[in-house]
Amino acid sequence: MFDSLSSKLGGIFDRLTRRGNLTEDDVAEAMREVRVALLEADVALSVVKDFVAKVKERAVGQEVVRSVTPGQQVIKIVHDNMVELLGTQAEPLNFNVTPPAVIMMLGLQGSGKTTTSAKLAKRLTEVDRKKVLLASLDVQRPAAQEQLAVLAAQVGVACLPIVAGQDPVAIAKRALLTARNEVYDVVILDTAGRLSIDDALMAEAASVRDAVQPHESLLVVDAMTGQDAVNTATQFDQRVGVTGMVLTRIDGDARGGAALSMRAVTGKPIKFLGTGEKTESLEVYHPDRLANRILGMGDVVSLVEKAAATINQDDAQEMAEKFLSGKRFDFNDLAKQLQQMRKMGGLGGLMGLLPGIGKIKEQLKNANIDDKAIKRQEAIIQSMTPAERKNADLLQASRKRRIAKGAGVEVQDVNRLIKQFLEMQKMMKQMQKLGKGGFMRGMMPKMMGGDMAGLNKKG
Amino acid sequence: MTEDAPKTGWLARLKAGLQRSTSKLTEGIAAVFTKRKLDQAALGELEELLIAADLGPSTAALLTAEFGKTRFGKDVTDQEVKQALAESITAILAPCAAPLNVATAKPFVVLVVGVNGTGKTTTIGKLAQLYRAQGLKVMLAAGDTFRAAAISQLQIWGERTGCKVIAGAANGDAAALAFQALQQAQSDGTDLLLIDTAGRLHNKKDLMQELAKIARVVKKLVPEAPHATLLVLDATTGQNAHAQVEVFRELTQVTGLVVTKLDGSAKGGVLVALADRFKLPIHAIGVGEGANDLRPFRAEDFARSLMGVDEGGKAGSE
Ligand SMILES: Nc1nc2c(ncn2[C@@H]2O[C@H](COP(=O)(O)OP(=O)(O)OP(=O)(O)O)[C@@H](O)[C@H]2O)c(=O)[nH]1
Ligand SMILES: Nc1nc2c(ncn2[C@@H]2O[C@H](COP(=O)(O)OP(=O)(O)O)[C@@H](O)[C@H]2O)c(=O)[nH]1
Ligand SMILES: [Mg+2]
Ligand SMILES: [Mg+2]
Repeated sequence: MFDSLSSKLGGIFDRLTRRGNLTEDDVAEAMREVRVALLEADVALSVVKDFVAKVKERAVGQEVVRSVTPGQQVIKIVHDNMVELLGTQAEPLNFNVTPPAVIMMLGLQGSGKTTTSAKLAKRLTEVDRKKVLLASLDVQRPAAQEQLAVLAAQVGVACLPIVAGQDPVAIAKRALLTARNEVYDVVILDTAGRLSIDDALMAEAASVRDAVQPHESLLVVDAMTGQDAVNTATQFDQRVGVTGMVLTRIDGDARGGAALSMRAVTGKPIKFLGTGEKTESLEVYHPDRLANRILGMGDVVSLVEKAAATINQDDAQEMAEKFLSGKRFDFNDLAKQLQQMRKMGGLGGLMGLLPGIGKIKEQLKNANIDDKAIKRQEAIIQSMTPAERKNADLLQASRKRRIAKGAGVEVQDVNRLIKQFLEMQKMMKQMQKLGKGGFMRGMMPKMMGGDMAGLNKKG
Repeated sequence: MTEDAPKTGWLARLKAGLQRSTSKLTEGIAAVFTKRKLDQAALGELEELLIAADLGPSTAALLTAEFGKTRFGKDVTDQEVKQALAESITAILAPCAAPLNVATAKPFVVLVVGVNGTGKTTTIGKLAQLYRAQGLKVMLAAGDTFRAAAISQLQIWGERTGCKVIAGAANGDAAALAFQALQQAQSDGTDLLLIDTAGRLHNKKDLMQELAKIARVVKKLVPEAPHATLLVLDATTGQNAHAQVEVFRELTQVTGLVVTKLDGSAKGGVLVALADRFKLPIHAIGVGEGANDLRPFRAEDFARSLMGVDEGGKAGSE
């Protein structure tokens, strides 16, 4: 369903590279793919239109630098614009106030406010050494106040005692008073979920705001949100006021286009990402990583996470270090990976996470790799000498015959494995670059023959 | 499904909810098509309006192309456009509209699954209310042993709806609890057992295996159980709903869908593509946080409301 943008653009830009000339038609064709990819990633239509128009304008208007192909220029412009839109750096919470700093959590039902409140409390306590008080103003959802109290106990943070029958404004005032009297640095107010069109509940949120004057009002939004994200963000910002956003459930496989939409319409920074259900699963926001995800580039991080979820932690660690260390990928690694792939439910799952390898994925699918075939390949590798496993160049005809015999297969099977191995080796090399510096810094030098200088002159 | 439930105001609320969510879309279409020749530009704008309702770029393109085939170059009014599109969408959705029939077994066992925060527990409360009102004996099983206070949440729903709740300790084994609940339901003469589960993302293999295990374990008592596995989808969700249905269906034999939060401004348009692709029954929609905020899913009403046709009264009525 969601073909990765990189593989789609790959085809178009291959052609552009060959022609070496950037016409308006070329750009238009590329932009059609960009548009569909962004829409499939749930970026709001209005934002997509603006984005595509802007990229188009910059791309067509741009002088073609000698050492760079036009296609490469377009890719760079797409990526740069996205990072620019998403915000180029993390924006910290505002603690430059007379304590207690008041943080109010806002959002739709089920977006992750309560969990995020607890995660944030834990982080501020442990990392920032703040004295934090949690308080639940959710009198709507059954057992919501108890939920926050349980989480607070889990993370070892104080929670305002529950007083049955109190309304949200009264609870908020009580929280602030307690925080002042007991000298807390931060008060986090969890609120009930509300629809942006629910006038009564939006008014309630506004009166809480008026009562406690929060320094931060964080809008918590699910990464799976569709086109409605713009409405939600606009409404909450206009009616209650938003200082920043938290994008939850990025541990899922949604592209998270909602982040781009909300950022574009409100101009408010994304401050944190929720990466799991556990209270430690909160990350400071990285625009680079999110841009790659929305564009469908995949990344080493999510690959490793996926691997870690299904395979043994040490193996994953080793795999990640290997990728990132730039060490050469050899047959020993392939053997280990074949074994892991069997565990991870085949190649398909793993490959889906790798950037820009639509073509290889197809080939692998056509190669009809099943468990039996994987075991056969493992046998071939086992029949190699340690030296051969380290260096594929050694594998001349006579050695191949010996290996085939040892593994009980045909020489052509050995050839096929070597070919696959070389493809993977190439891919791993690309991934190493991606892991180190994100997509642009990784892919661009390769595509441009190492010359970034020309490109950097222009925007 | 709600014929027996209190009617006061719900029709109006559903209409209001759906209308609010569609008013923008509707205004857009009206602006685009009031007595205008249907040319490429007009079709393009129509396509965009469908995309903005979460139908997804490919479904929007398909519907627009189909629409253009018969009417291209003709003078059309916005009413005709809305009508025709509502009809196409109805045709796609209609085969999926089916209430949940719980009369085929006793106890009839329903496993409720979905990603985090979509409305599983609330939907169980609403279903309990609905079938209790029909005179059935309903039991709830607190299978979400993971999330903080999830058990208390379901227990409150049990009190609200007058249903027995079987619960164990927090962080206990969900499958064992489901097994125990089914045993209890059998000996109590319960008609309907609703099993709550912890929300989980479909890309987490181990958590998905846990769900499969719950189903396996209840089968030891009743081979046909769970008789239904409901996937609860949030109408706010965009194109990721595809992946959710795909994976949950494969790993937990989903038999039907419930779509929640349709009282908001999100349009739930992804349902059109889902219906076309998976052909799963859509049993009900959620239109609020209360026990009575569950409605039967009706294809024509949903389609017409989505397109804003017939503001006068058709939307949401039987
Ligand atoms: N407006 C509205 N809110 C809903 C609807 N259904 C559920 N909710 C709310 O959405 C939130 C999450 O609902 P739950 O029933 O707890 O969802 P869940 O899927 O059980 O959540 P987890 O167990 O945390 O995964 C609650 O605040 C509910 O009140 C609906 O149809 N409309
Ligand atoms: N996988 C995952 N689940 C999350 C994340 N944040 C919250 N959740 C889950 O989403 C559900 C709803 O969260 P909750 O905090 O109760 O949402 P609220 O209704 O907005 O307060 C719960 O099941 C949480 O465990 C996240 O980043 N990743
Ligand atoms: Mg909450
Ligand atoms: Mg629940």
